[in-house]
Amino acid sequence: MSIILNHVNCVYGEGTNMEVHALKDINLVIPDGQFIGLIGHTGSGKSTLVQHLNGLIKATSGNVLFNGQDIYDKDFDSKMLRSKVGLVFQYPEHQLFEVDVFSDVCFGPKNLGLPRKEVEMRAYKALKMVGLEDEYFYQSPFSLSGGQKRRVAIAGVLAMEPEVLVLDEPTAGLDPKGRDEILDMVKKLQTETGITVLLVSHSMEDVAKYVDRIIVMNQGEILLDDTPKVVFKEYQKLEKVGLAAPAVVYIMAKCRENGLDVSTNVTSIDEAEEEILLALGRKDNL
Amino acid sequence: MIRDITLGQYYQGDSVIHRLDPRVKLVATIVYIISLFLYKNSPIVYVLGFAFLALCISLSKVPVRFILRGLKAIVILLLITALFNLLLTDGEIVFEIWKIHITKEGIENAVFIAIRLMLLIVGSSLMTLTTTPTQLTDGLEKLLRPLQKLHMPVHEVAMMMSIALRFIPILLEETDKIMKAQMARGADFESGNLIRKIKALVPLLVPLFISAFRRANDLAMAMEARCYQGGEGRTKMKPLIYRKRDAAAYLIVAAYLGIVIVAGKMLRIPLFI
Amino acid sequence: MGIVKTDQLTFEYIRRDEEGNVEGIVKAVDDVSLDVQRGEFLAILGHNGSGKSTLAKHINAILCPTEGTVWVDGKDTKDEKLLWDIRKQAGMVFQNPDNQIIGQVVEEDVGFGLENMGVPTKEIWERVEESLKAVGMFKYRKYSPNKLSGGQKQRVSIAGVLAMHPKCIVLDEPTAMLDPNGRKEVIRAIRALNDVEKITVILITHYMEEVIHADHVIVMDKGHIAMQGTPKEIFSQVDQLKALRLDVPQVTLLAYELRKKGLALPDGILTAEEFVQQLLLRKR
Repeated sequence: MSIILNHVNCVYGEGTNMEVHALKDINLVIPDGQFIGLIGHTGSGKSTLVQHLNGLIKATSGNVLFNGQDIYDKDFDSKMLRSKVGLVFQYPEHQLFEVDVFSDVCFGPKNLGLPRKEVEMRAYKALKMVGLEDEYFYQSPFSLSGGQKRRVAIAGVLAMEPEVLVLDEPTAGLDPKGRDEILDMVKKLQTETGITVLLVSHSMEDVAKYVDRIIVMNQGEILLDDTPKVVFKEYQKLEKVGLAAPAVVYIMAKCRENGLDVSTNVTSIDEAEEEILLALGRKDNL
Repeated sequence: MIRDITLGQYYQGDSVIHRLDPRVKLVATIVYIISLFLYKNSPIVYVLGFAFLALCISLSKVPVRFILRGLKAIVILLLITALFNLLLTDGEIVFEIWKIHITKEGIENAVFIAIRLMLLIVGSSLMTLTTTPTQLTDGLEKLLRPLQKLHMPVHEVAMMMSIALRFIPILLEETDKIMKAQMARGADFESGNLIRKIKALVPLLVPLFISAFRRANDLAMAMEARCYQGGEGRTKMKPLIYRKRDAAAYLIVAAYLGIVIVAGKMLRIPLFI
Repeated sequence: MGIVKTDQLTFEYIRRDEEGNVEGIVKAVDDVSLDVQRGEFLAILGHNGSGKSTLAKHINAILCPTEGTVWVDGKDTKDEKLLWDIRKQAGMVFQNPDNQIIGQVVEEDVGFGLENMGVPTKEIWERVEESLKAVGMFKYRKYSPNKLSGGQKQRVSIAGVLAMHPKCIVLDEPTAMLDPNGRKEVIRAIRALNDVEKITVILITHYMEEVIHADHVIVMDKGHIAMQGTPKEIFSQVDQLKALRLDVPQVTLLAYELRKKGLALPDGILTAEEFVQQLLLRKR
């Protein structure tokens, strides 16, 4: 189970004066079970890239292989692809439309043509996965709070039982606790079911905390693709393209500048704490 | 996909035509359309109409290529109309193929209707190409101002038009986004019979309406917060003031109409002599 | 009395079920008393649904208190005759950048409020130019708003309010829908309003980094004021903030965690510079 992008190019408005080269020769392997963070500023091509993964946008050139099959082949089942690669758009609660929460979550599996029993079972499982209490199931989705609506919308995609889950800024507009709750839920889901998760995010702190691998996009190209530690070491490179490393990376750099002997290879608060205590000679506090 | 639709496009420029008061351009467009329909099948009128339009286009400095691109979209409509006229006009038969009679009048009608429509469309698109939507609504509002005395909500309608113009691109983009989001959940907007297709639109239309209402609500609040209380007592940042060139333009348009009327009456040259 | 003052402000709305029957009364704002001084930068924090937006809408007289009173520049917002006066004094910027721009060209949108106020044409142009320059958007004056980024749109909205020469500007989560760069440019513009133009700023947000520069911070929860003080005072209470569904900047959190481990760092460290200085003092 993997997705491979092979020399993928995407050009919008080809041949007009508004031509935009949104993706430039992207080569990428997304193996099974990884938790990947995709970062880049607005207009860097992230959203275009993720829409290639489930075939919503067709590459201008190059191919996308899903489990070894070319998704642009004539006999490729594109509906199957969309169910296997679940895409949760930004502000997904804006797509809710059914009279109650449960029916809305049923929409996806129903479209797959599954028997009713199976549809309902999947919807139930998905709603449980996102941690929504039973009492909300038969309420109108519009009467829920912002964070709950977002959970329902994510459940709507999970109910299709995808093997790859792509989330485009799932925490936009939520308060700090709401952000943590959603991301914790995704992390739990990823570890428990072993699905691949691709998280598109603007928050370096979030990405550093959750993912195993970071892909940095800039102007339609992949700038960096490595573990968080390696990527954030290149914080000067990130700044050049209008991004930044998590605040803790800068704090450690500043400590070092001022003669504190700490490692700058740190991406989390816990690690930073340990390093500082060591540098101050307070190992006994650990 | 859906974003390719362009509505009332504006071509940035600073020509005489661009600088004319929008009221002049509105009136001129109406006069121009009337002039085209004043006489049926009169070649001299079309020659005059073409000449007048060519003059305006060259003054506007909008590239002809750009104008013709706009025509592409309606070429099919034009051909269908011409074809109908060609096939369905009775009269002197020129030739016939199988059961289809092609008449002299039919050819005449088809040619003329095509020319007429083309002139009409190019003429009115020249107006939208050289006038910003804001100027256009301002012009309409001011032209129709006398109707306000008859308790017609002219200011409100103009305001609605300009808000609609501002939100059309936003809502089109939103439609695109919701459509994709539902497609990601396996929705199918293309296959099936008509009833299934209409049913498939529910997951698109419900969110779209909700979003439109939310936007309308937000916008109303934002307008109120900025002291909007209707047309009364409002001043204008860009008030419409007639200048010398506008008077000259009115004169030219009047002269054009006069010439068309005279020429149309005097010179009735039929297509087939 | 300050520029904005509220006295035991309470706002209730009736919640109805699907059939329209009354389910209960919700107090969105509950007994809030505030006194905002001229030229102050006040930040209001709170999780989603804490009542902070409802409070904000009272300052522009979009909502009227159920109980208690709100005065803007000494004028009671309940007095309908003063409504437009109050809205001129207290401008408002909202969350969604797309839903508050009315004009189809940047400069026309900035002029919208002035047109409504009946300002003469010549003065409209002067004020529009001046306020677009203040937010750094002058070179985009002929652009269509649809061609701008989110941060730029919000700056246009700020200019539109600024042009009305208000004494106070209320910003209701102006950065919630922006990316980090957009957020930075908007916060920069807001700080300039306060520092350079000396306008009273009330900023509502749930991004903690944005309130560091405020003079005073209020934290809302369940409609009432849960905490208040300077940013330093607020950020030294990490546990309480977390209980209110908020967090603190990473540097503050790091200092807090180190203190828990027995390192004697002071409360409420807000910047990396301060943090490093304090560490060096404790180096053995």
